[in-house]
Amino acid sequence: MRLLKLVLTVTGALVVAGCATQEMSQPVAKPNVAYGKPIAEADIAAWNIDIRTPDGKGLPAGRGTVAEGKAVYDAKCAVCHGAEAKGGPVYGTMVGGIGSFKTNARVLTPGSMYPYAPILFDYIRRSMPMDRPQSMTVNEVYAVSAYILQLNGLIPDSAVMDQNSLARVQMPNRDGFIVDDRPDTKAVRCMTNCK
Amino acid sequence: MRTKLGAMPDVMVDKLGNSNATASPPTNTAAGIPNDASRRNFLRRSSTLAGSALAAGAAGVSLSHAAPLAIPDSNKGYGKPIPADDYGMPSKFESKVRRRRTDVFVNRQNFSDWSMTPLQHQHGIVTPNGLIFERHHNGTPDIDPSTHKLVIHGMVRQPLEFSMDDLMRYPAVSRFHFMECSGNGLADWLKNASTTVQQTHGLLSGGQWTGIPVSWLLDEAGLQAGATWALFEGADGSGHVRSMPMKKLLDDCLLVYALNGEMLRPENGYPLRLFVPGWEGNVSVKWLRRIKVGDQPWHARSETARYTDPMPDGKWRQFSFEMECKSVITRPSGGMHIARGMHEIQGFAWSGNGKIKAVDVTTDGGKNWQEAVLEEPVMDKCLTRFRYRWEWQGGPATIASRAVDSTGYVQPSVQELQKPRAIVGFVQHHNGIFPWSVSASGEVKNAIA
Repeated sequence: MRLLKLVLTVTGALVVAGCATQEMSQPVAKPNVAYGKPIAEADIAAWNIDIRTPDGKGLPAGRGTVAEGKAVYDAKCAVCHGAEAKGGPVYGTMVGGIGSFKTNARVLTPGSMYPYAPILFDYIRRSMPMDRPQSMTVNEVYAVSAYILQLNGLIPDSAVMDQNSLARVQMPNRDGFIVDDRPDTKAVRCMTNCK
Repeated sequence: MRTKLGAMPDVMVDKLGNSNATASPPTNTAAGIPNDASRRNFLRRSSTLAGSALAAGAAGVSLSHAAPLAIPDSNKGYGKPIPADDYGMPSKFESKVRRRRTDVFVNRQNFSDWSMTPLQHQHGIVTPNGLIFERHHNGTPDIDPSTHKLVIHGMVRQPLEFSMDDLMRYPAVSRFHFMECSGNGLADWLKNASTTVQQTHGLLSGGQWTGIPVSWLLDEAGLQAGATWALFEGADGSGHVRSMPMKKLLDDCLLVYALNGEMLRPENGYPLRLFVPGWEGNVSVKWLRRIKVGDQPWHARSETARYTDPMPDGKWRQFSFEMECKSVITRPSGGMHIARGMHEIQGFAWSGNGKIKAVDVTTDGGKNWQEAVLEEPVMDKCLTRFRYRWEWQGGPATIASRAVDSTGYVQPSVQELQKPRAIVGFVQHHNGIFPWSVSASGEVKNAIA
């Protein structure tokens, strides 16, 4: 449903934009050439690290516990993010904020903001730690994900995160998004004696 | 009717042309500016020249000759010889024109960071390559194009790999478009946080982008039935990813390798990036190495926890891709100081939804508006120059611009944007009307609040 709405929105925008395309000397026709070289999915495996986060498709085999995650976090993450993810010298807190979005003091953390828990795995694996991204093992990434979720009160201390359990964690902001509904203003082009 | 634009006397004294002006209070005019004495001399010479030009057009007016023109030294000898090889750089007298990190929103590291275009110094609609704004999520990688690869896979008939040489064999397409970061203006919704237009609007640049339609390569790989989205991934240290709807990809997106006549600069995605006309800059993934075709968005961190917009009911607006119609006056603008007399109010207007149809300018704080002149070319999803001649009599004034695009959408005020949206914290997609105040003494300041 959400996808359908988005497609409709995008389609509408394109119809409008179609009236105002850039003047080009000629429409650009696709040439009858093909320079791509076939490659097997198996040869892309090391690059193929994206996770489809709503259902966790793409999560690899492996596992990590909260306790293991604390050890990895203390060694590799705390220097920037602070002890227990409460904020450090470079970045703010990664804990709390759940329930803050209806106030004027929204606190954005993985716990309050991420609609799907596998976002943690995808983002930590590809981007963290910033000085050595993609250096952590799959088990370390599951473990740190588990620790962050536990600090946010979303899984128990004893939880083990793996390719099945991580996608099943219910995130509080799961239904927190709406698809772009702009334009959301109808300003009038007043010319004289406005306001 | 188009006004003929003639020579303009150089009456504007831009005392704070630099954009890092918040470090010192705006009242601190001359102090702290490098080469101030030579700069004053330059300005004096300029006004003298402008005065002569005016006098030449007004026969019979006699002038005193307190400062007879001397033959400049540059007329009296060799210039610099042409080097054997060279990459030309701006005059040393233009060293104030720099891309700068913001000093408004304090960032405690500079890997996931941004730098801003000095719009107050830009002439015309093309931003020079060394001044195109930057936004990285883990610094700028240094990529050798001879080893760089692009892969297309997922829901395609045949996964494909391309070298840069492969990609550059295709016929090329060049288009003029703006690029704007969704966060442009985020510090200046409800308070006057920034001093200059570089700080308020400098996450905006424009230029001519050259590459290949994404549709050609997707077609070559062969889209499977149901392929409605694709993930674009960068080869940088953040492994930046965004999901893109197929409809837009097939419409007008390019895989870009050049900008303004030369290969992309490293900080702008060398050797290859996605370019998505009219949409927030974040989706134009730099250092592109992988396209994975799918049947739904991935909901990555950059499209859920970031680059989404807070709503008053606690929800977040997601996939808010288009940069809506917007404009800003770049001259005179914050940090400048103006003298009485005629000023050509100049600025940019742009829309992610089409062409600019009109720009109106107010000089009385929004009570009355007059239509500005749009300078050709006016192109789809592209920076458009507007110009409006204003006689400043010396009283306090508030000036602002308001753009209308080809969909009929009128650029709103912040107050109008505040009704549907929650404007608190780190809020993106600010396309509000942006006023500057001019004091009785000619100081130009941010007047958003």
